This record gives sequence, C-alpha cells and structure tokens, in this order.
Amino acid sequence: MNCLAVKLPGLDLKNPIIPASGCFGFGREFAEYYDLSELGSIMIKATTQEPRLGNPVPRVAETPGGMLNAIGLQNPGIEKVMATELPFLEQFDLPIIANVAGTTLEDYVSVAKEISKAPNVTALEINVSCPNVKVGGITFGTDAKVAADLTRAIKEVSSVPVYIKLSPNVTNIVEIAKAVEAAGADGITMINTLLGMRLDLKTGKPIIANGTGGLSGPGIKPVAVRMVHDVYKGVNIPIIGMGGVSTAEDVLEFLYAGASAVAVGTANFVNPYVCPDIIADLPRVLDKYGFEKLEDAIGFAHRA
Amino acid sequence: MRRVQNLEVVSQREIARHIFELVLKGDLVSAMLQPGQFVNVKVGEMEAPLLRRPISICDVSHDRQELTIIYRAEGQGTKLLSKKTAGDAVDILGPLGTGYDLTEIPSDATVLLVGGGIGVPPMYETGKQLTKRGNKVISVLGFGSAADVFYEEKFAGLGEVYVATMDGSHGFKGNVVELIQQKNLPFDMVLGCGPKVMLAAIEKTFGATKQGFLSFEERMACGIGACYACVCQTKSGKQARVCKEGPVFKLGEVIL
Repeated sequence: MNCLAVKLPGLDLKNPIIPASGCFGFGREFAEYYDLSELGSIMIKATTQEPRLGNPVPRVAETPGGMLNAIGLQNPGIEKVMATELPFLEQFDLPIIANVAGTTLEDYVSVAKEISKAPNVTALEINVSCPNVKVGGITFGTDAKVAADLTRAIKEVSSVPVYIKLSPNVTNIVEIAKAVEAAGADGITMINTLLGMRLDLKTGKPIIANGTGGLSGPGIKPVAVRMVHDVYKGVNIPIIGMGGVSTAEDVLEFLYAGASAVAVGTANFVNPYVCPDIIADLPRVLDKYGFEKLEDAIGFAHRA
Repeated sequence: MRRVQNLEVVSQREIARHIFELVLKGDLVSAMLQPGQFVNVKVGEMEAPLLRRPISICDVSHDRQELTIIYRAEGQGTKLLSKKTAGDAVDILGPLGTGYDLTEIPSDATVLLVGGGIGVPPMYETGKQLTKRGNKVISVLGFGSAADVFYEEKFAGLGEVYVATMDGSHGFKGNVVELIQQKNLPFDMVLGCGPKVMLAAIEKTFGATKQGFLSFEERMACGIGACYACVCQTKSGKQARVCKEGPVFKLGEVIL
C-alpha cells in the first residue's frame, strides 16, 4: 500500500506534493532535473486569455527567510498553453491542476471553460489572489460576494473540479472560504503571497519595479499554517496548503493544520530537487510521528 | 547526474579589493563545458540569505575537476561566501544558462575579449578555449582603480592584454571602449561582459560594423528559467530569460 496516497476532487494523487503555480513554469525546466512523474501533481503557471509579458525588472527582492516577487502573471496565453505546454506534460504520469487568471469575470470563465477540456487537466485552481497585477487578480479574492459570484460562474462552465486560491491579504479569510464553498467550490488552495515592499536605502524607491511584491518563502509559513488551521474549521471542502514549505516536516505541519495536500513554491528556486527530496523523506517523517499513512495526519491538530 | 552538489573548497583568496577567487573541486565540474555559463551558489545552510547567488564560471580544469569562480564580496551573501576556507563544502547548482557559442566564431578570427570589473572572470575561460582552438585573442580589461585590478597576468598568458582604469591609476585612463578606439585595436569579433553601461557602449560603437556576443546580468531567483524574474527584451519583440537563453546574447540582440 502507498502510505502517501491521497484522493481529492479531481485529483487521485500518489503523493501530496505539488509544485506551486508560478514557481514551476509549465514543468519544462524541472523536467531537465528529474522525472516529473514522481510528483503528486503540478500547478501550472497562471494562464490568461491573452499572452502577457509581465512587469518590468527588477521583479524580485530577497527578504530574511523569503523573497518578494512581482512577475506579473507572465504567460504565453491560453492558445499556446493548450497547443504546446499541456501536451508536453502528457508524457508524465500525473494529473495537472491548471491555474486560471484574468482581468474580468468573462476572462476567467472563458479560460476556465477551455482549459478544463485539456485531457490531462483534472482540476482548476482559480487565481483570485495575485497581488502583482493592476486589474483583476486579487480584487476577485478580497470580497466574499465577488469571489462567490466568480466561483459560481466558473463552476457552470468547468468540466473538472474547481479549487479557489485564496489571498492572505484580507481581514477574514474564513469568510471568503465559506463564501466560495457555498458557491460550489470543490476545494481551496491557500495561501497566495503576502503583499510586501522593500525600499532601496540610497534612492528611497522600492527595489521591485512594480513597487510592491508578493512575499513567499519560509518566513511566511506560520501565517499560512494559522490560516489553513482557521479555514479547516470553517469549511467542509478539502484544502491544499502552501506557504514556505521546504521540508517533509513542513508538509506534516500543514497536514496537521488541515491541508490534504501541500504545494511547494519558493523552495524550488533554492533546490530544484526539493519536491522529489520531500517525497522521499515523507515516509520517514510520518513514521517518526506515529502515522501509518498520510491521511491519518490530515487535521491532526484539531484532534490533538 | 544530480546537478546540485557540495563541492569542496580547494582555496580562497582575496585577489583585489573585495574581490575573491574561490577554487572548488568535485564531480559536477565535468559538466562545465561551455564558457560564459554560471553556477548558482548557496552561500549558507540557513534560510537567510535564502536564494542562491549566480556567479560566472571563470576557469575550469577537467583534469583536476576544479572550478574557479571570482566574485565581489559586497552584500550579505557574498560576504558569507568569502569566509569559506579550504576543506569547507559549498552547495553548487550548475552549470546554468547559455554561454558563448564558440562554433559561431571562425577559427581564424581575431577575438577581442572585453571585461569590465566583475564581468572580467567569464572572459578568462572563454579566452582559454578560444586560444586552444587557434583563435588570436586580445584582452581589454576595465576597472575602477589600480586596487581593483585582477587577472592581468593570467590574461597575458592568452595574448595581448590592455588594462583601463577610470582614475588612471593603472594602465589607460578611461573606459574600455575609449581604450579600444585610442589604440585602434584590430579585431574581427568582440565578446563582452560587464556593467550595462559598458555593454551599451560596445554596442553603440561596434554594433553596426562587428559581430560578437555580450553577457548580461539581472536579478535572479531560480537561475534555471522557471521563475521569470530575470527577463530582458529582445529587438525582435520577444522576451528572453537572462538565466536560460542568456546570459550570453548576440551583439545587438537585446534592448539595452
């Protein structure tokens, strides 16, 4: 028996480790390092209707235990993603989670409808939480009613289960989670990056050309764990947790908080092998803390 | 082969003001073939600084499985790296990026190697490989001041070498392009690495009449092409990643 297996709507995962959207491109670069079939799934880079060139450089700045980024949803657009990127991933034995972004509700619905028909896309992740674009993105994820309306509209057209990616940049994340659950979301992925800024001491200007950026990396892990813990208590749909995961112990902590699977983001930039390394180490960590299988650890913090 | 490895420090020394030469040894060196590529260096085991530091490959010895990198200890990360001593391990990812494609350089061409400051190091391995295949190389190295100068004697081993300093404290007073023009150096192709202002001057002066390659620098996160932090704009209206399609591009290809 595979002690790491977990089953979520649309996602029959051999293990719970998923590279996070925006940190893994469409897999091509990492395929030069290891067999992507080792992964549970892949959350592909956010895809929009039209190709996007993203923001000016510098796009990143380092922080203690983390980094800020403002890439700006650079992607080749739905047409190219459907024609070349998703077919490239078909050689690997894993379900794909397609991250969908847009400027208007119509954009989201149109991309979601089309991309959900790709043969290897078995779930959608709706990006209502990108802090780095001027229009759309986070504006859909910070108002419960707007998020719910978008969820409903996408559920009507999607051929696969729909996960909503929540923003931590809100007063009450549980309220948003409940709203999207009521609107029919099949699951939640959380958290996106925390809005931040770094200033250049010589010029007084932000280091990142966009001004602000999204904070990620080990430094945000406690925020993410707390939010997963809160949302787990408030909803009955599964959560894919993320935020600063770089070890198998981090994965267990997210499982305890209530995540059913875990995405790995920034750590891929530090060690391109981090996902297979975590997968290899996870059975040891589960055993160390007395779990026969991964599913037994999900939500453990709420029973301890 | 796993392309992240701990290499062992053979030696480290300060060869100019804040400029360190670090020699590393390990299996991974056997994969380092093309000049102009870089390695991404984890400077410490802790989570701060989190990201790797991209540093160009300066010299490779396949016989000894040794890699030389040269960097300026300026920020928190490179200062930490400068504390490593013989026997220590350094976590290296690489080789990365697209370097100088020597097959595009005719073997009878006279090649002008232009390095500015911390852009000097990759020109050394490039020059080594070019001379090995029979090219004549002329090296022009630019620095701020005499205290910043390094590798003049190493480049002298490859052929003619000229040094420019901005304050005139060593060699020619002025920048590398002024030196090339004043000495009227004869060459067929130009290869350059250095600050953007130097690359722009090379392109402005020689872009219309000569062929060549320039190596670029940009803030990176992953170094392997996945994060899209280090993009540049090309004249054909496309975007390229400095870490993947670059850091070396054809002269005139990138909008400066």
